[in-house]
Amino acid sequence: MSKLTLKELSKQEELLSGGHRLCAGCGASIIVRQILLAAEDPVVVTSATGCLEVATTIFPYTAWKVPFFHSAFENSAATASGVEAMYQSLKKQGKIKEKIKFIAFGGDGGTYDIGFQSLSGALERGHDFTYICYDNGAYMNTGIQRSSSTPIGAATTTSPAGKVVPGKMQHRKNLTKIVEAHNIPYLAQASPSKPMDLMKKVRKALATEGPCFLNIVSPCNRGWRSALDGAIRESQLAVDTCFWPLYEVEEGKVKITFKPKEKKPIEEWLKVQGRFKHLFKPENGWIIEKMQKRIDHDWEKLLARHEADQPVKE
Amino acid sequence: MGQRVAMTGNIAMANAMRQINPDVCAAYPITPSTEIMQQFSSFVADGLVKTVLVPAESEHSAMSACIGAAAAGGRVMTATSSQGLALMWEMLFIAAGNRLPIVLAMANRALSAPINIHGDTSDAMGARDSGWIQIFSENGQEAYDNLIQAVRIAEHLDIRLPVMVGMDGFIISHSIESMELLDDEKVRDFVGEYTPSRPLLDIQHPRTYGPLDLQDYYIEHKRQEYEAMKNAKSVILEVAKDFSNRFGREYGLFEAYHLDDAEVAIVVLNSAAGTVKTVIEELRADGVKAGLLKPRVFRPFPAEEIAAALSGVKAVCVMDRADGVNAVGGPLFPEFRSALYDATPRPMIINKVFGLGGRDLGLHHVREVFAELGKIAETGKIETLAEYITVRN
Ligand SMILES: Cc1ncc(C[n+]2csc(CCOP(=O)(O)OP(=O)(O)O)c2C)c(N)n1
Ligand code: SF4
Repeated sequence: MSKLTLKELSKQEELLSGGHRLCAGCGASIIVRQILLAAEDPVVVTSATGCLEVATTIFPYTAWKVPFFHSAFENSAATASGVEAMYQSLKKQGKIKEKIKFIAFGGDGGTYDIGFQSLSGALERGHDFTYICYDNGAYMNTGIQRSSSTPIGAATTTSPAGKVVPGKMQHRKNLTKIVEAHNIPYLAQASPSKPMDLMKKVRKALATEGPCFLNIVSPCNRGWRSALDGAIRESQLAVDTCFWPLYEVEEGKVKITFKPKEKKPIEEWLKVQGRFKHLFKPENGWIIEKMQKRIDHDWEKLLARHEADQPVKE
Repeated sequence: MGQRVAMTGNIAMANAMRQINPDVCAAYPITPSTEIMQQFSSFVADGLVKTVLVPAESEHSAMSACIGAAAAGGRVMTATSSQGLALMWEMLFIAAGNRLPIVLAMANRALSAPINIHGDTSDAMGARDSGWIQIFSENGQEAYDNLIQAVRIAEHLDIRLPVMVGMDGFIISHSIESMELLDDEKVRDFVGEYTPSRPLLDIQHPRTYGPLDLQDYYIEHKRQEYEAMKNAKSVILEVAKDFSNRFGREYGLFEAYHLDDAEVAIVVLNSAAGTVKTVIEELRADGVKAGLLKPRVFRPFPAEEIAAALSGVKAVCVMDRADGVNAVGGPLFPEFRSALYDATPRPMIINKVFGLGGRDLGLHHVREVFAELGKIAETGKIETLAEYITVRN
């Protein structure tokens, strides 16, 4: 694994071409470009059904300059398992000589919900691949329905903010934590607003033997009801409010890779998104409080684990 | 040539897999096909095959992994039954639509509910329109022979479609019978080396598989799949011919048993055909012109050949070991009835649903069916078009 430098990256070919049909300002395309830039060895990609897949592969066009396989919604990890198994088989037989790395993409729907079983199975079996969830917090491709990653209070088309129910009433699932329980060698959370951090994590994941997992916050201006050019600002606010802490877990040890100088209140992130507009009515204030409490609690715990896991400096 | 052995249908299938020696095998346990993968896993553990196993966490993922592995560019096999095939259902279409030559060994079993682990063909019938070639087997020998032939059929460049090979759960999967195992070398020669077509792992030629295919292309791609299925008929016969030249056992699209001069005939899949043959022998001794058409290849459906084989028979009973629950008969019935529309002269045709969930089909049941067919042939009248038999009243 070589060191990442901007100079080196600037010379590389973009492996996701322009002209794909993702919405202008979509976080997913920024993330995928960063990931493909960071990959040192050739990669083969599988993807779940969702915005990323449907918008980049409208036949007879494709935006992918790497081998790409979409099979179904819930099985990106299982499909990658098969591709990787065949690679191992052919390599053992001497039929393939190249070093190839495997990346499986899924949205939060295809990862936290319907694809969770196939992800868990593939992680447990120990395939040598990296699973990347671009988490935009809802089923965007089918029209912004709630997923188990949707933050509490968010209005989606299946958890609308109505007269008696003010949006989604449950906290989001902490998938990164659940994935950690699989005891895989490397996992991390990243944000496109911290590209070097994101790309370093990608490089580390791809260089690590065995299953790795990256959860990446992925702004969606359609679903978040936010500014077309807001993706980087919003993903950084997610980090600065500690809604989306940047950290990694390597061989079970936690390391926070970016600590905001000053932790911003969650309102800062909420107020730039129309899906949380109703939370600012006085009667819904309790939801913001509840959310803040959960964020504080999780952040404190993460800090403590980080402290405990750092090597002691004499 | 070969080796006389006594083994179950499952172990025979596992041995076919060992001899085929696939690159990847992904599967999930389910009765009654479990034993195939258990036996095969021990071949892997003992280093008798080069296969990389993917012991998936479900059949959905097993088939997904098979799909990924086949697209990657190598020989891929799996085995399942019943609920397992049902859970694969979504992925069966994706395997076929991507033209991936996956081969599946299937011990046919009833579908829930109520839960039942015994033999009928509800599972395969549920998957019959998924774009897979479907081949059925009367006994362990046929299951073994069919599985070996399936590899060549699936991988043929004019086809590139997945193939499932069925045998009755328990009745065949778990019964020990005497059969011939071919020599490892000869099977290897017969199936040949695999040449991948546009493999995903060819990183010098990146390709996108499984794209969004809208109104402007989808139907053309489906049409190609349909053409491949049409080509399959002649390839299946070609492969069978080569198999018979090398190994002496003959296979066609179906087996016609005393059908040439038959006045009454039964159509039935899998092991029940053996029971019907026994009754035919008795009836023939009494001068009754009884015959059997045992479908081997159900997808593609050889309608023309079936019409030719059954034309001239006065009365035919299609026996279904599955029910389509359309309230007019089992799944084979409408297809055979439709094929016979073109037969001249056209036989009278009835349907019996029998043996669901592993219920025995007795010789007396078959005798009764033939007796009814005899009456229809004589009077030209059908009293009951379709009904259940082998049920308690
Ligand atoms: C089995 C199945 N159920 C439902 C769908 C419909 N579907 C396609 S994409 C999608 C949502 C994708 O959401 P997510 O994974 O979050 O990705 P995003 O579109 O937000 O990028 C759904 C529900 C499907 N393709 N397959
Ligand atoms: S709907 Fe959202 S996730 Fe989908 S392409 Fe548009 S911005 Fe991206």
